[in-house]
Amino acid sequence: MSLALQTFSSVKDANAALQAAGTRYLGGGTLVVRAANEGDVSVSSLVRVTDPGLSRIAVSGGKVRLGAAVTMAAIARHPELAALAPAARAVGGPAIRNMATVGGNLFAPAPYGDFAVALLALGATVVTEDSEMPIEAFFAARDGSRAIVTGANVALPGTDCFRFLKVSRVKPKGVSVLSIAALLQRAPDGTVTSTRIAMGCMADRPIRALATEKALLGCKLTPREIAPALAVAGEGIAPITDPIASAWYRAEVLPVYLGRLLSN
Amino acid sequence: MAKVPVQFTLNGSEKAEFVESGTTLLHALRDKIGDTSPKGGCHQGTCGACSVIVDGELRLSCLTLAETCSDADIRTTAGLAEGGVLQPLQRAFLDAFATQCGFCTPGMIMAAKVLLDRTPNPSREDVVEALSGNICRCTGYEPIIQAVLTAARANSQNAA
Ligand SMILES: Cc1cc2nc3c(=O)[nH]c(=O)nc-3n(C[C@H](O)[C@H](O)[C@H](O)COP(=O)(O)OP(=O)(O)OC[C@H]3O[C@@H](n4cnc5c(N)ncnc54)[C@H](O)[C@@H]3O)c2cc1C
Ligand code: FES
Ligand code: FES
Repeated sequence: MSLALQTFSSVKDANAALQAAGTRYLGGGTLVVRAANEGDVSVSSLVRVTDPGLSRIAVSGGKVRLGAAVTMAAIARHPELAALAPAARAVGGPAIRNMATVGGNLFAPAPYGDFAVALLALGATVVTEDSEMPIEAFFAARDGSRAIVTGANVALPGTDCFRFLKVSRVKPKGVSVLSIAALLQRAPDGTVTSTRIAMGCMADRPIRALATEKALLGCKLTPREIAPALAVAGEGIAPITDPIASAWYRAEVLPVYLGRLLSN
Repeated sequence: MAKVPVQFTLNGSEKAEFVESGTTLLHALRDKIGDTSPKGGCHQGTCGACSVIVDGELRLSCLTLAETCSDADIRTTAGLAEGGVLQPLQRAFLDAFATQCGFCTPGMIMAAKVLLDRTPNPSREDVVEALSGNICRCTGYEPIIQAVLTAARANSQNAA
């Protein structure tokens, strides 16, 4: 199986080349080169862009712009991205993290996409050459998308507002049984005033825990008060089945881990 | 299929080759250049046997296209020994019986080398984390962890 690689210096030219059948964008290659090695004949040509802007991390005013080619390792070691580091560190082993990009993680099917789960909870926007869309809209249109993602814009959460958990069976690193990210704003007395919770492996791509989010409003994060929110955690989920865990198992353990993540 | 030129430094020597477009770095190193120290275990990113160091960072050569490494500085386990003298890391692997069939060893050594280059006195947890992308079917890992910790001690004694 042979692959042809085309290299462009601009996103514009690469976007034009991507319109050809059998052509895929090459990020870090951890999924797309693996697919080619595995004999996936739907990939015959790869397109990459060398524009250094795609690898840039720009932090200003409590926000970060992550270029699509920024790697998990670059996020994990960035002094101003401590809030995102646990999610970046959750992806693969060290070599994978040196290669795996933000753009590729947004396209990674479950059980992958742990970093994208964090981006969903944080309400990131996904940027292409001519648009910027809420991450939910990006996920909804992902299958038909041919446009190169150039980056993601994220508002950095305040200290103690953001929690991330990945559950895997192989320690210290393994593919997700599930991953959960929660952005929690609380009043001085500890009651939840707003929240966004995202889950990985609960569908073929990251999804929000909308019923749980609603039920958490006005609650303190005690086991008793969060119980109703955990009881509705399974609403709207369609977990994946893979060699790591069945859909049934993932659905059973979701409220347990969500409870551990949420309760103080 | 059109051939494309690739040129990089391998363990300090300039290399230039023509490869088919889309060739992996693993294939280029082993079958074109003749450095068979990186091993092809899975070609899936899962085993780590193909790990090499590209511009100071650990990478999986089975998932890296050779063309993307133009002008890169590539290091493999074959380049470690100097004048036939093994490095402390290699010596520690032998002494600790951290290599049995040896298939995982070059990848383990590359992963351990980037750790020790950055963290000369790692904790056990640091070592476990650094090797977490590398699989060994023979040793049960403990001898490998001990070898890396021993090499770290040997390096710091040499430096003292
Ligand atoms: C051994 C192993 C372990 C892994 N463990 C994890 C894990 O724990 N957690 C996890 O989340 N993932 C994991 N992954 C999956 C993968 O490494 C990550 O999801 C990674 O972030 C994918 O990024 P990439 O740059 O390598 O993607 P690529 O393989 O380059 O691309 C993946 C897909 O996205 C498309 N794409 C990439 N970038 C763009 C862009 N900018 N614009 C448009 N399309 C784009 C590609 O065309 C391709 O279809 C693992 C993979 C392996 C091989
Ligand atoms: S051969 Fe590259 S990770 Fe197994
Ligand atoms: S020594 Fe045989 S796989 Fe590690």
